[in-house]
Amino acid sequence: MPGRKGRDLRLLQGNECCAEAAILAGCTFFAGYPITPSTEIAEILSEKLPQVGGHFIQMEDEIASIAAVIGASLTGAKSMTATSGPGFSLKQENIGFASFTEIPCVIVNVQRTGPSTGLPTAPAQADLMQARWGTHGDHPIVALYPSTVPEVFDLTVKAFNISERLRVPVILLMDEVVGHMREKVEIPHVSDIEIINRPRPDVPPEKYLPYAAGPDGVPPMAPFGTGYRWHVTGLYHDETGFPTTAAPNADRQMKRLYAKIESAAEEITFTSEESLDDAEIVVVACGITARSARRGVRLARERGIKAGMLQLKTIWPFPYGIIGDIAGRVEKIIVAEMNMGQLIGEVERAACGKCEVVGYSRVDGEPIAPAEIVAKIEEV
Amino acid sequence: MAVPVDNYLRNQFMPHMWCPGCGHGIVLGAVLRAIGRLDLPKDEVCIVSGIGCASRAPGYLDFNTVHTTHGRALAFATGIKLARPDLHVIVLTGDGDASAIGGNHLIHAARRNMGITTVMFNNSIYGMTNGQYSPMTPKGRYASTAPYGNVERNFDMCELVKAAGGNYVARATTAHARQLSNYVEHAIQTQGFAFVEAVTQCPTYFGRRNKMGTPVDMIEWFRKNSVNAAAAAKLGPEELDGKIVVGEFYRGDAPEYTQVYEEVIKRAKEAAAR
Repeated sequence: MPGRKGRDLRLLQGNECCAEAAILAGCTFFAGYPITPSTEIAEILSEKLPQVGGHFIQMEDEIASIAAVIGASLTGAKSMTATSGPGFSLKQENIGFASFTEIPCVIVNVQRTGPSTGLPTAPAQADLMQARWGTHGDHPIVALYPSTVPEVFDLTVKAFNISERLRVPVILLMDEVVGHMREKVEIPHVSDIEIINRPRPDVPPEKYLPYAAGPDGVPPMAPFGTGYRWHVTGLYHDETGFPTTAAPNADRQMKRLYAKIESAAEEITFTSEESLDDAEIVVVACGITARSARRGVRLARERGIKAGMLQLKTIWPFPYGIIGDIAGRVEKIIVAEMNMGQLIGEVERAACGKCEVVGYSRVDGEPIAPAEIVAKIEEV
Repeated sequence: MAVPVDNYLRNQFMPHMWCPGCGHGIVLGAVLRAIGRLDLPKDEVCIVSGIGCASRAPGYLDFNTVHTTHGRALAFATGIKLARPDLHVIVLTGDGDASAIGGNHLIHAARRNMGITTVMFNNSIYGMTNGQYSPMTPKGRYASTAPYGNVERNFDMCELVKAAGGNYVARATTAHARQLSNYVEHAIQTQGFAFVEAVTQCPTYFGRRNKMGTPVDMIEWFRKNSVNAAAAAKLGPEELDGKIVVGEFYRGDAPEYTQVYEEVIKRAKEAAAR
């Protein structure tokens, strides 16, 4: 509903907002399998996608869902699936296929407490490493992590844009709390939303090399059924797309896949901060924990402690540089996360011993409260 | 009508990687001749496979081709077909790929009646991994993981697909290359899910371990042990034991999924406009 002054203000659940943003980002295909706490995304898209001429299908399982998404993307459709921990585990092999064959797709993981069936469906932030390393083998991946409903909108659009621009699967990690929370969000006018489409070949079919990349490391992609007949395989392949076992090619291919993400790292790294300038103690967090950290830091400031916080909206590629800089000018970093300690390992790598890094973990299915952050800041 | 298949091959990759005497070339030839007789434009054909010997076929074919993950060809193909219903989507898969790891996708592609043609190359063995028994290995046959003989019953995939709701079901062997090609042609013409089982020889792993002789002996064995569907209908289970029933088993006219979904789009757009 357009509100005052023509602004489109809505009270939306995180999952609803994700579905709305996906449509506005140009998503025309969704395949999924029911799983709490992500199911609202599928339910809403089953209604909205056909309204814009898109397609929704509920597949027989999680593996088939990501497979159908990749298949649809091959025809040029911006495609998405949504799931939670157990489903995310099942999708991993095909996420690796999409990463290696460079087929754009967005995978939403509204996290719940694991492992296995876990605590359905209490929140946890324990799929950070799975988002990076869930599939076998080296592979590029991007993972974004909103902490509010407005951020869900922004990062869902960005997930599609990055996926298309870099031809890489993008994982949107959400906390169950964010997925089910309702907040005010302003939906921008469609003309104010930046939309990026995958690079298309500018050569005739007979000259098309499907895996010949430009300087940015991203090869142009011709949709299936448009006159460019090419081959897609999960085997190592050369610029022609056909398999080869040649060692120099394997080396070149893997290094290009990494380089295309690294060279774009700056433009796809999103963070938010609070009182960092003169901070002596900095809390690093993501998702719902970042909101508690922000509040906790404000409370600590009221008590005269020079605290600050850094929220990571991009988890992968990990912003080692940004954290390394902070580590060089603060006394302590506290890593607050709803897992046994996943983010902290990366923060320690980034800090390189320049400051003390301490963790604060909560793994009982309850979010970390601001008071816990204050207590931890006072303790260290 | 003789149809040259060269036009559909990526000839630069010949010779292919299949073993001498492998029946997969005969099956592939039957598929290509069917495509040739139907004169399908190459740009409008999409071939999807999983993992295994049969699944290496798309790499040799000059169409839009995808060599996906083990068992998942039909799930990828479902996404392709739904997003581009105008494409002729053909899945080339093996017996392990389609009946074991991908069995559920086969059931549901048939149940939805997706407009996909599936050709299952059934050589009764996992060839790519050196000859383990598959759900299509007949009871009592030997495999690298069945050194005392296979104790499991084998699947009748044609019955399965028919029961699950496919619109076309047929079976032939490499001894029936012409019929096989005709069946694939009928399958491609089918509106809805179509399934052709192509019984093919693996002389390297199945044949050698089961003392079946040369590849020619294996094809001859298929010919002698095949019974057409009409004749099979008059035989009892004991008489059919160890036989291969060939023929066209089922033609249905249930509505095809993507056509049904186009109606959904129409209704959704009307609802949104109100």
